[in-house]
Amino acid sequence: MTSTMLTGEAYWLPVIFIGLMGLAFFLYAILDGYDLGVGILLPADSDPQRDMMIASIGPFWDANETWLVLGAGILLIAFPQAHSLVLYNLYLPIAAMLIGLILRGVSFDFRAKAPEDHKAVWDHTFKAGSIIATLAQGYMLGSYVMGFEQSLPAYLFSALSAVCVTAGYSFIGAAWLVFKTEGELQLRAARWARKCGWLTALGIAAVSIVNPLISHAIFDKWFGSAMVILLLFIPVFCAVLFFIVDRYLAHFPHDKDFGSWIPIVCIAMIFLLCFIGLAYSFFPYVVPNTMDIWQSASAPESLRFILYGVAIVLPTIIAYTIYSYSVFSGKATQLRYY
Amino acid sequence: MLMDTLVLSRIQFAANISFHILFPTITIALCWFLLFFKVQYNRTNDEVWMRIYRFWVKIFALTFALGVVSGITMSFQFGTNWPGYMKTVGNIAGPLLGYEVLTAFFLEATFLGIMLFGINRVSNRIHTLATFLVAFGTSMSAFWIIALNSWMQTPTGYEMRDGVAHPVDWLAIIFNPSMPYRLAHMLTASGITAGFLIAGISAYRILNDDHKPAPRRALKASVFALAFLVPLQALLGDMHGLNTLHHQPAKIAAMESVWHTEKGAPLILFAIPDEKTKSNLYSIEIPRGASLILGHDMDAEIKGLNEFKDAHPPVKPLFYGFRIMVGMGLLMLLVAWAAAWQYWHQKELSLFMLKVFLAMTFSGWIATLAGWYVTEIGRQPYLVTGILKTADAVTQLPAHNVGTSLTLYLLLYAFLLIAYIRTLFVIARKAILVDRPEEIKSLQEKIHDAEDAPL
Repeated sequence: MTSTMLTGEAYWLPVIFIGLMGLAFFLYAILDGYDLGVGILLPADSDPQRDMMIASIGPFWDANETWLVLGAGILLIAFPQAHSLVLYNLYLPIAAMLIGLILRGVSFDFRAKAPEDHKAVWDHTFKAGSIIATLAQGYMLGSYVMGFEQSLPAYLFSALSAVCVTAGYSFIGAAWLVFKTEGELQLRAARWARKCGWLTALGIAAVSIVNPLISHAIFDKWFGSAMVILLLFIPVFCAVLFFIVDRYLAHFPHDKDFGSWIPIVCIAMIFLLCFIGLAYSFFPYVVPNTMDIWQSASAPESLRFILYGVAIVLPTIIAYTIYSYSVFSGKATQLRYY
Repeated sequence: MLMDTLVLSRIQFAANISFHILFPTITIALCWFLLFFKVQYNRTNDEVWMRIYRFWVKIFALTFALGVVSGITMSFQFGTNWPGYMKTVGNIAGPLLGYEVLTAFFLEATFLGIMLFGINRVSNRIHTLATFLVAFGTSMSAFWIIALNSWMQTPTGYEMRDGVAHPVDWLAIIFNPSMPYRLAHMLTASGITAGFLIAGISAYRILNDDHKPAPRRALKASVFALAFLVPLQALLGDMHGLNTLHHQPAKIAAMESVWHTEKGAPLILFAIPDEKTKSNLYSIEIPRGASLILGHDMDAEIKGLNEFKDAHPPVKPLFYGFRIMVGMGLLMLLVAWAAAWQYWHQKELSLFMLKVFLAMTFSGWIATLAGWYVTEIGRQPYLVTGILKTADAVTQLPAHNVGTSLTLYLLLYAFLLIAYIRTLFVIARKAILVDRPEEIKSLQEKIHDAEDAPL
């Protein structure tokens, strides 16, 4: 069955669901991205700064992580065959990621409640968990992009991707701290952000160059048509955003905390552009070069049943997420259970 | 024993769900307890209720975090270790899991932030609402998961096309025959588990010279909740049992170790079931008891394992698991009613009763785990009754991959379980040491109580 033969909902439902899955993973990368980044950046030399950094993500991390469950859930619900194939190929990195997320999620609570002399241990666990989870996610992204190929270049590419994603999450994490904190920690965060920014830019450039070189299909998609002029907008705009963030941070601090939101908003847009780039490269494949969205989609009656729910619930979720961020708006304060 | 992928995957999944279920079992009901404390505070404006809330919300947060992270792990294991499951029943399991994420996960995760850290940022009313939404969210979560689990036990509302289950009637799928009983049984189990946890930790505080009124009041509230919930659970369990007898007679036959169909089957209190000779050794029985309980008739016919050839679940784990659950339930009933009786007649619990509650802090876990083993192992050899065998759903991954992940998970779970239990008592000790003006107030109360106490 090819996609051209499909009409009506058999054609559109998978398209809608791949869009929703993309949205969930994109929101996950931004939201859990910044809080994983904060975990990666935890400094060894300052206990109060660690407290403040963890306080800045306290009310949010749990809901942020839920977007991962939704993204993976949509893959499972809408594209079960692709889900099996992806999870089969990524078995060990997924186990590593889950262990990282477990360690991180529990240390957050244990550090606040354990005896004082255990706190530092839980802080290390928090940092280690964040790094393991992020490296694993980056590795999985790389491996996915390479179509789960088992070769030395593919492993190297996945390793490169692991480092890039770690840099990217640290970048957005540092930008979150610039936005949510003040004083010494904010200055430090601005310095971290600048360094991570350079690393991230290098990483994105490397992946963007390597990717079309190793895949003819992707090369053709990007450079094979007149679309190239329109597509060129993506890297150019990306570069402009990097430039804005770097200039803003180079002259940090600014009067009256001017524009502390600029870095995080720009970085979120950089993430968005990268996502659009990846999505353009792979659509309509769920597993690159192997399985497209129509081949792997579940039964229309299942998709329709879940779509009603999505249509009602997703706007509600977004609304109360915004509400929660507005409740905790402004600079972070020390977390107390009262 | 040959450790193949199937065996390892089963151990891993069993370890995973056993570890996971410990935490929702507490949080589902603990959050309703929290709402009760908060509403009592709003109603009476009595600070003590707020102190109880503040103490238990910390334990709730810790327990919730463990439930979340182990739950995420579990959701991934469907795909990593049991690809045949999603392939065969994904059209039904997928949307149910999807609705759990959409209607429950986000709700509880988002409002948990406000519930834990937002009290100074939102009005008291919104904070109470946040507590309600988290409680509602955790119960919704239970609703969808139990719906799916029950459907795997007693599937309805589907049709098979080319070996794949397709949904026909979603209401029949969600409200499948065993679902209402299983849900009620699980929610009550959660209430009992949380009740004994509250009672146990409160008893620990009192036994360690915490003279503040908060642990005393929390203990009393939990005792009265338990005195109501434990007998309710016995009733629900009986109804659930009848439902299982109707829909899954092989499970009942294994639970009661009935090898051959008989009328007027005895209730076996203890025995060593022997699969080889298909008989019970050293059996202590009450004549016609099983027929009376299950059939509500002394001569009712109970189907034996002989009717199911080899497609019946293993007998020993069900037989013992069921007896552990029921035995635990009887002990809980005795303790809860004895404590309620003491309150009725003496206003305070005796030192002995406090120690009993401390010893029974985690008794809910034992009963719940035993119950879940009975229900899950009781579905074997099927993963989804009549549709999919467990062995046909397992991943084709090499055993050493699963072995690696299993080892890591087991180490992690053991470590976290120890850390969790230790931390509960650390939180309690911190609360004991907190010196607050209420210390004096409670002393005055004690003097006051001493004047009118009968003892």
